Amino acid sequence: MTRIESTFARLQAEGRKAFVSYIMAGDPDVDTSLAVMKGLPGAGVDVIELGLPFTDPMADGETIQLAGQRALEGGMTLDRTLQMVRDFRKDDNDTPIVLMGYYNPIYSRGVDTFLAQANEAGIDGLIIVDLPPEEDEELCIPAQAAGLNFIRLATPTTDDKRLPKVLQNTSGFVYYVSITGITGAAAAQAADVAPEVARIKAKTDLPVIVGFGIRTPDTSRAIASVADGCVVGSAIVSEIAAGKPVEDILSFVASLAEGAHSA
Amino acid sequence: MDDLINSFMTGPDEKGRFGIFGGRFVSETLMPLILSLEEEYEKAKTDDSFWAEMDFLWKHYVGRPSPLYFAERLTERLGGAKVYMKRDELNHTGAHKINNVLGQIILARRMGKTRIIAETGAGQHGVATATVCAKFGLKCVVYMGAHDVERQAPNVFRMKLLGAEVIPVTSGRGTLKDAMNDALRDWVTNVRDTFYCIGTVAGPHPYPAMVRDFQSIIGKETREQMQEAEGRLPDTLVAAIGGGSNAMGLFFPFLDDKDVAIIGVEAGGKGVNAKMEHCASLTGGRPGVLHGNRTYLLQDDDGQILEGFSISAGLDYPGIGPEHSWLHDVGRAQYVSITDKEALAAFQLCCETEGIIPALEPSHALAHVAKIAPDLPKDHIICMNMCGRGDKDIFTVAKHLGVDMSATEGRNAG
Repeated sequence: MTRIESTFARLQAEGRKAFVSYIMAGDPDVDTSLAVMKGLPGAGVDVIELGLPFTDPMADGETIQLAGQRALEGGMTLDRTLQMVRDFRKDDNDTPIVLMGYYNPIYSRGVDTFLAQANEAGIDGLIIVDLPPEEDEELCIPAQAAGLNFIRLATPTTDDKRLPKVLQNTSGFVYYVSITGITGAAAAQAADVAPEVARIKAKTDLPVIVGFGIRTPDTSRAIASVADGCVVGSAIVSEIAAGKPVEDILSFVASLAEGAHSA
Repeated sequence: MDDLINSFMTGPDEKGRFGIFGGRFVSETLMPLILSLEEEYEKAKTDDSFWAEMDFLWKHYVGRPSPLYFAERLTERLGGAKVYMKRDELNHTGAHKINNVLGQIILARRMGKTRIIAETGAGQHGVATATVCAKFGLKCVVYMGAHDVERQAPNVFRMKLLGAEVIPVTSGRGTLKDAMNDALRDWVTNVRDTFYCIGTVAGPHPYPAMVRDFQSIIGKETREQMQEAEGRLPDTLVAAIGGGSNAMGLFFPFLDDKDVAIIGVEAGGKGVNAKMEHCASLTGGRPGVLHGNRTYLLQDDDGQILEGFSISAGLDYPGIGPEHSWLHDVGRAQYVSITDKEALAAFQLCCETEGIIPALEPSHALAHVAKIAPDLPKDHIICMNMCGRGDKDIFTVAKHLGVDMSATEGRNAG
């Protein structure tokens, strides 16, 4: 059982919703992002999504793109991202870490080398935006063979005919994208999301977590109440971009987590 | 060359691959759309009414077939091989781009899409898309890098005249790659009513194959015209490559003619060196995944994509169509690079000897022709693709030649 699976099993037993947060590794620098990351579990974060910077984040909005640019300009690399995870793991061996990004930096490293390094560093799962089920043999299947979860995105355009294919090799949880669009864009509506989550849950036992378009504690609660939890990324990254102190960022995260947990 | 391959014309496979290249590396939101596009294209491919509509518009709207022209004075000047030019710069809108745009827009209409988006570098694909959208009364949005908006001002004005909305892209360095990112973001957001009209033989399957098929009219005509002019096929084909659509269009119908040498010319910028001031993906890059396909890319050791560099906005892209990557790896085509300086010299040579002002993109192809023709026998036939006219580039060329045109710009704007 991965840390992701045991965390969701525990939350389910407790009847609690999950709160998942996203930050970009190395944004604006390694020390700050590591300090934020170390504070996330204390702020109520159940699963950490750690962004791997990429020059061309085609599915992300400006907020995440600029975060990636700041990280890359600060010299962030795949090796330094893995080192950040190792440093986090020195004090925390329980909180699941999902690496989220695009395929090319991983392909460039070599899939087998990358998977060995990710496992050793303490990464539990992967969300790779530009690897749909049609490309499963690239990374999804090798990752699961190596003991990592491969978390797939389901979207409003994933119809019933296609849904089984999307769920087939997914593990850990299903990430439902609340809108057709990029990160940090339109606001998610619980009324639109609820029937979609139900549609997916009818086809899988995996937890369904909803992301994209969640920026406030109220939306966090509203969306978590119709799913197994929710993800917030751009809203947190905006706080980091504004140069706020780590404690202020973490108290904002705590308010979002509180929203989800009160659902 | 790999003798085990019986035909070079059977790709891509059902997964959209040419060898290891190509594929469908896109987000889930786009996947259902790409599958339905593939289905629609497969239907259209064998539908006579689709090709009848294409043929009619190619003839009466675009002006096809484009001439195959023997460049006599250029041939004399170079003193070797006979040089022919496939005159796709004479097409309506001034480049080969419209061949493909017509096909995609007819497909979009069949799919019931009402809004067309496109990315553009030099602006030729944007102009072609805006043109066909105007003809069919479709809404058109063109993404163009802010840097390109600046260096291709005449084309920006043309697109606006044609009713398109031009959105300058400021992310990254503001060139073609960044425009493509923003077009993909638009598509993910407006997936239900929008058709993404890609301008080159790149992107997720089925785009590389579909764009190649539409552009193959260039090579099909060249075969017939060369038979008529010389009673045989050419010995060597030469075409410039950014993404590689004009080249794929010329090359594809000749891939199984093993005696025809095929040469693609990449943009060497300031020179293919360690400083990466070029756009030569095959000469200076390695395989990676970007914009929906696996192909040769300019990238650093960590898999981060590098910005290309070229005097020609149309070649300024860090990748190349996946079929070119495959043809390179199996050895069917040869790929070389030409610097900005060499392309500028060829641009002037073509103006002086033939009375044809070429675009900077085919000037790269011409520069390579000028390099190899003198050493080839007089009965050797080279056919280069004159894929675009140079009106859009005169300001850039003037700047590089040290001519100040700012005073005349206002007078010529009409």
